[in-house]
Amino acid sequence: MGKADTKKSMLSAILPGLGSLAKRGLAGWLIIVGLIFVTAIIMITVISPWIRPYDPIKINVGPPLIGPSAQHPFGTNDLGQDIFSRVLSGGGIMLQVSLLSVIVCLAVGVPLGLFASYAGGVVDRLVGLVMDSIYAFPGLVLAIAIAAMLGRGVVNMALSIAVVYIPSYFRVIRSQVLSIKEMSYIEAANAVGAKNRTILTRYILPNIMPSIVVVATVNFADAILTAAGLTFIGLGVSVSVPDWGWDLTNGRALLASGTWWVITFPGIMIILLALGFTLIGEGLSELFNPRLEQ
Amino acid sequence: MTLRSYVISRILLTIPMILILLTMVFLVIRVLPGDPVLLHFEKNVDPDVIQAMRVRLGLDKPLWIQYFDYLFGLFRGDMGESMQDYSSIGQQIFSAFPATLELAIFSMIIATALGVVLGVQASKAYNRPQDHVIRIFGIVTYALPVFFLGMILQMSLGLGLHLLPVGQRFNPAMQTPVGLSIGSLHFSSGLYTIDSVLEGNMYKLVESLRYLCLPSLTLGLVLSGVFIRLTRSNMFETLRLDFVTAARARGLKENKVTYSYALRNAFLPVLTMMGLQFAALLGGAILTETTFSWPGLGRYIVDRINFRDYTAIQGAIIVFGIFVSVVSLVVDLLYAYLDPRIRL
Amino acid sequence: MSEEKKEKTQLLAVNDLTVEYSARRGKIRAVENASFTLDRGETLGIVGESGSGKSTLGMSLIRLVPYPGKIMKGNIILEEQRILKLKDEQMRDLRGRKISYIFQDPMTSLNPVEKIKDHFIELIQTHEPKVTKAQALKRAQQLFKDVGIQPERISDYPHQLSGGMRQRVMIALALALNPSVVIADEPTTALDVVVQAKILDLLGTLQERYGMALILITHDLSIVLERSDKIVVMYAGRIVEQARSTALYKSTQHPYSQGLLKSIPNIELADQKLEAIGGTPPDLLNPPHGCRFWPRCPFVMPECLVEEPSLYETGENHLVRCYLYKGEGNE
Repeated sequence: MGKADTKKSMLSAILPGLGSLAKRGLAGWLIIVGLIFVTAIIMITVISPWIRPYDPIKINVGPPLIGPSAQHPFGTNDLGQDIFSRVLSGGGIMLQVSLLSVIVCLAVGVPLGLFASYAGGVVDRLVGLVMDSIYAFPGLVLAIAIAAMLGRGVVNMALSIAVVYIPSYFRVIRSQVLSIKEMSYIEAANAVGAKNRTILTRYILPNIMPSIVVVATVNFADAILTAAGLTFIGLGVSVSVPDWGWDLTNGRALLASGTWWVITFPGIMIILLALGFTLIGEGLSELFNPRLEQ
Repeated sequence: MTLRSYVISRILLTIPMILILLTMVFLVIRVLPGDPVLLHFEKNVDPDVIQAMRVRLGLDKPLWIQYFDYLFGLFRGDMGESMQDYSSIGQQIFSAFPATLELAIFSMIIATALGVVLGVQASKAYNRPQDHVIRIFGIVTYALPVFFLGMILQMSLGLGLHLLPVGQRFNPAMQTPVGLSIGSLHFSSGLYTIDSVLEGNMYKLVESLRYLCLPSLTLGLVLSGVFIRLTRSNMFETLRLDFVTAARARGLKENKVTYSYALRNAFLPVLTMMGLQFAALLGGAILTETTFSWPGLGRYIVDRINFRDYTAIQGAIIVFGIFVSVVSLVVDLLYAYLDPRIRL
Repeated sequence: MSEEKKEKTQLLAVNDLTVEYSARRGKIRAVENASFTLDRGETLGIVGESGSGKSTLGMSLIRLVPYPGKIMKGNIILEEQRILKLKDEQMRDLRGRKISYIFQDPMTSLNPVEKIKDHFIELIQTHEPKVTKAQALKRAQQLFKDVGIQPERISDYPHQLSGGMRQRVMIALALALNPSVVIADEPTTALDVVVQAKILDLLGTLQERYGMALILITHDLSIVLERSDKIVVMYAGRIVEQARSTALYKSTQHPYSQGLLKSIPNIELADQKLEAIGGTPPDLLNPPHGCRFWPRCPFVMPECLVEEPSLYETGENHLVRCYLYKGEGNE
């Protein structure tokens, strides 16, 4: 099986999927557009080392602070770095941070939500209380506090974001589990003597998957924005890696000089990435809970 | 449940929540990464200096003693001393807080007004182009990083068109609003707009509003998306309720039907949402204050982070948390008061 | 031509009215080719089960068919005015003033955050801007007397009133500006038995006093037989029989009307099934081919499945949509 064949079989799996999405009306289109944004950006970031015209962290590849031109389509910043190359490669940190935070949330939040709400009683109330307290607290403020204590770095950023987001997963899972728990097929399973763990994995988990996926996509979008925010405050990663958030922070000092291109292009990329995930989340949420018209 | 019993139980509930909040903050700051004093002094410093700070700030005592000192201190209103210069954190926070409050209020007003107006428009043009445009606007504003929007506005409206100031809170060439003085009694709210009015000085009022413009517009825009969506879906349902159709059937004018009948009934959830959104508002306020050099609590935290002043960070976070709890309490009580079903 | 002639002729004429809903799953013809007339001071009863299109028909008379419904064709003429051709603002002016509507459920038809008196003041001042608040309030109190509520209740909020009282308020609001036509949509369905008769009597009394025409929309044939001058029977969006009440009672011709007559209920329930007629109302997305009633008709014939019958005239102003009466005349 050659590369061509693998590509073909992947396409033949994906295209019908997209086709069926398109049939689902507005919701489907939102998902498609969102997926296009996200996959495009991921792909660009991945192949950027091969397609970018300059080394993004090399300084003085061009005269500093010149506007968009033939050699530098997005201009250069104060260090003479090519912004176009930085834009191509700058998504890496954000994608890593958001992916990591989602993984942590899933690994911690889902089991926590499942067990606490299924067990009920004191455990549920206690965990719920803690979760509510975290949830009520301003997310960004908490993330800043944790990141300030943990220090810089991708992992620390991801952990801060994850801690803030776990209560959202918990809430969604809890409300779903509570309603499913009461349904008769759970009673039936219990009557037949199924083990709790089986009930959880076989019956409950598959049914709450859609909600989890929706929360995860919103989590991605928020993580990207929060990561950008943390970087802006100075809690991000070090200078050596190209990062859109860092470009925004750096570009801030240059605002008065009218060099709009330094922040505009990285900023738009952040928006597109966050927007992509948001659209997917909107579309999925519309698919799973369609608004009844009449 | 009567109003009185609800009020009492709600207030009582706030106490354990604040307690949990305080404990959490304590754990995060003191326990998480280890010794905050060591972290403060990044480079190698004479151990005597480190110990001196520990003793001065009470950080050498056993953890559980620290915890109770911390709680009792807060009760007395004492938030400890800054690591930077041992000045009173409480004082610093007290002077920075009103700026954030003012920004928060105006941003919330903009967000709600924009959100409700657009939401009503969208619900009336359901599924037609105007509706789609408004919905997309709502989604996009949510995906905007608030500091990026701030910078764009600074560049375009501020620097480009020279319309509005891009930083600071007040015209440095003028004296800041001081509020009302009657004899030896002095009252000032800390909110420049109100203080200007109290003083009777219109120039100061205009100036404070000018400086408020861009920051609150930024924060308000980003926040409006939630209100657009909420108002839109609520109005859509309310507009289909019987009493709305009955009002139309009596020949009442469309504006009256939309606002007096539909919106008045759909508004209560918007009020609740305002309370819920305060949390998000404060997070955005930190970024906005940094962008616009607005001297509020948000910028205070960022400064303290850069100085690795952990006791101050702790104090500021607590204030944020208590503020959110109090606002949430007020909103719940207000909701209970306004909902005629609970009241009567 | 002359004034007297106009007085004697119709107040309201509906011709070939068709209303369609475009739902996600398909189109539903809620009302199809409906035609009838109404004279001054007359009472018309529109009878049918849920889903027969009677409420939609009523709503289309004031052009308030809810989205996604649309009036597709036909015309409605009220006092010489072509209702369907009016601009929105002109129509709004007519509503409440010339033609008013009393809704089915009084519990949900009033603004929960407004006092009753404000409902009246708004109404009167909208249509007669020169009236002051005090004058409007006076008129409202008079109306309260007419409908039999204690005048001090006017300062209450809707939730402080009982169902029967709220319905009286609705009636008072409908009559406040002395309209020519009042449409009452299931005015008693949401009320208990004891109150029903009172409300219906009240409507009758007020009609005598104010002289307006009344359209009673209901699923209860007994009510309209008793209280209306003529009756229109609807089934699945079509008018299947039309006659003066006395004529209809004496000679109930359409099989559906016969079924209705036989099953006049004792107790009013919200979701009433007329058990005497076998089968269930048709799915309007996929109506039966031919006559819409054939699956439940005891007299079904082969031609009933082929094409829908038109209305046949079987007596003076007596129309029936049934092949059984084909020979006796044509429409």
